[in-house]
Amino acid sequence: MSGEIILETRGLTKEFKGFTAVSDVNLKVQRGTIHALIGPNGAGKTTVFNLVTKFLPPTAGSIHFKGEDITHEAPAVTARRGFVRSFQISATFPHLTVMENVRIGLQRKLGTEFHFWKSERSLDKLNDQAMALLESVDLASFADSVTADMPYGRKRALEIATTLALEPDMMLLDEPTQGMGHEDIERVVALIRKVSANRTVLMVEHNLSVVANLCDRITVLTRGSVLAEGTYDEVSKNPQVLAAYVGSDNINDAHH
Amino acid sequence: MNSKSYLETKLPLLFGVLFVIGLVAPFAVYPTFLMKILCYALFACAFNLLLGFAGLLSFGHAAFLGTAGYVCGMMVRDVGVTPEVGILAGTVAAGLLGWLFGTLAIRRTGIYFAMITLALAQMVFFLALQIKETGGEDGLQGVPRGHLFGVVDLSDNLAMYYLVFAIFCVGFFVIYRTIHSPFGQILKAIRENEPRAVSLGYDVNKFKLIAFVISAALAGTAGATKTLVFQLASLSDVHWHASGEVVLMTLLGGLGTILGPIVGAATIVSLQTQLADSVGSWVTVIMGVIFVICVLSFRRGIVGELQVLIKRSGVN
Ligand SMILES: Nc1ncnc2c1ncn2[C@@H]1O[C@H](COP(=O)(O)OP(=O)(O)OP(=O)(O)O)[C@@H](O)[C@H]1O
Ligand SMILES: [Mg+2]
Repeated sequence: MSGEIILETRGLTKEFKGFTAVSDVNLKVQRGTIHALIGPNGAGKTTVFNLVTKFLPPTAGSIHFKGEDITHEAPAVTARRGFVRSFQISATFPHLTVMENVRIGLQRKLGTEFHFWKSERSLDKLNDQAMALLESVDLASFADSVTADMPYGRKRALEIATTLALEPDMMLLDEPTQGMGHEDIERVVALIRKVSANRTVLMVEHNLSVVANLCDRITVLTRGSVLAEGTYDEVSKNPQVLAAYVGSDNINDAHH
Repeated sequence: MNSKSYLETKLPLLFGVLFVIGLVAPFAVYPTFLMKILCYALFACAFNLLLGFAGLLSFGHAAFLGTAGYVCGMMVRDVGVTPEVGILAGTVAAGLLGWLFGTLAIRRTGIYFAMITLALAQMVFFLALQIKETGGEDGLQGVPRGHLFGVVDLSDNLAMYYLVFAIFCVGFFVIYRTIHSPFGQILKAIRENEPRAVSLGYDVNKFKLIAFVISAALAGTAGATKTLVFQLASLSDVHWHASGEVVLMTLLGGLGTILGPIVGAATIVSLQTQLADSVGSWVTVIMGVIFVICVLSFRRGIVGELQVLIKRSGVN
C-alpha cells in the first residue's frame, strides 16, 4: 500500500511544564485507511489528537494536512478543511434536541450562521438532510428527544452523525467504544466501517478486538513516543509492544 | 414527549396577554414606576442574552447602561437633538463600547472574563466621576424629554410611557429574534459545548463578540431611555451596583428563560421602591438576602421554577 498521505506530523512534540507528553512523533496516515493509535493510559494519544486538530499548540514539530502546513492554524479553520475530531468524553449539545445537534453540523453550509436577524425557521430546510443522517446512525426515532435524555451509546452515534454532517475527508475518533456494552460496540464498529468508505479515520481505541477487526494500520504510542507501527499482525508480534502491554490486556488474545 | 414544545405553543398567547397588560397598565399604575421597570427589564433581557444564551458572565454591564445615559443626555440637552436621535446615539455608543470591552475580554473565559469586564467598567466609572462633562457625582441634570420626532411632547407622562413601552417591545423582539435565529442556534451550541462547536468549524469568539455587542447596545438603549424618563443621567448607573443588580434580576427571574429577566426586574424594582420608604439603606442588605435565598433554594429563578412545574403537570 503506497497511497497518498493525508496527514503527516514531523517531529511533533508537546511539553507540559517540563513534562514531555508527546515526543518527536512522526505519523503518516494514508488517505482512505482506518488508522489506529493505541497505547497504555497516559501515553499521549489524546494529546496527539489535540495537537493535530490545533486544540493545543505544539512545542516543536509541524503538522501537514493534504500537503499543507497547518501547524499555526486556528482550530476552527482546520475543521473547515474537512478534518474533524470527536472527543474522548461524548461531545454533544446536551440541551438541544437530537435533530438540532445534527443541524449545528449542517448549518455552516447555509452561510447564515451569523444572521441574528433571521428566523430559526430558515433552518428547517436542513431537516431532511438531518433526518437522513440520523437514519444512517439509527437515531431517526430519537429526532425530537432532548439529547441529554439519550443512553450513552446513542450519544456517541449522534456525535458521529454530527461529524458526518460536515462531510469530512478525515475523522478523528477518540475511544468511540469506551464505556459501552457489547451490543453498542458492535453497532458502533459497523457504523465506523460504513462511514469510513471514501474517508480517512484516525482513531484511539483501547479495545484491541475492535482494532484488529477494523483498522488497516496501527501506531503504538508509549510515554509520548512511537514504539511501533504496522498492521495488526506485525504490531502484535513485536516484542517491545508485548512488553509494553504486559500487565494490561494480552494483545494476542484480542482476536475474537 | 418533550414538553418544551408544549410551552412554546403557548408563548404567542402569553406575549399577547402581556402586550395588552403593557398597553393598559399606565391607567392602573403610576407610569413613572412602570417606565423604570421597563428600562430595567430591557437591561436585564439584554444581560440575559449574554449570560443565559451565550454563557458569558459580564460583571460590567453598568458601563453600557450608564455610558448610553450620558451620551443621550448630552446629545439631547447640549446638542439639542430630538429624543429618538438621543436614544439612538446612546445605543450606538454602548455598542461601540461593547465592541471594545468584548475584544479585550472575549479570549478569557469564566471568572477571568467577569473580572476583565468589571475592571473595564470601573475605568468607565472613574472617568464618569472625574471628567467635568458628565457632572461628577451630580450626574447630568435637567435633560429635557423634548418632542419625539419634533412632534409628540414627551413631557406628557403617558406619551413618554408609550414610547418607553414601544422601545421595550422592539428591544425585546430583537433579543427574541437573536435567540431564535441561525446565529442563536450556534450561540446555544457554544454555551453547551464550546470545544465541540470549535471542532465543527465555528469561530466561537466571533459569535461571542457579536452577542456581546448586541447585548451592550441594548443595555445602552435601556440606559438612554432611562435618562429621558428621569431627565437625569446619574453616576449610579455606571456604578458596579448596577452591574450586580442586573445579575440579581436575571437570576431571580430565571436565567436563560425569555421572560425571567422581566419578572426579575419588576420584582426587584418594586421591592426597592416599597422598601426604600420603610427601611432606608437596609435595602442593600435585603437584596443580599434575596440573592442568597435565590441561589440556595430556587436556582432556576421564578420563571424557571414555574416552567418546571408546568412541565411536570403537563407530563402527568
Ligand atoms: N493540559 C495538560 N496539562 C498537563 N498535563 C497534561 C495535559 N494534558 C495531558 N497531560 C498529561 O499528558 C499525558 C498524556 O495524556 P493523554 O491524555 O494524551 O493520554 P492518553 O494516551 O489519551 O491516555 P488515556 O488512554 O487515559 O486517554 C498524561 O500524563 C497527562 O497527565
Ligand atoms: Mg485519551
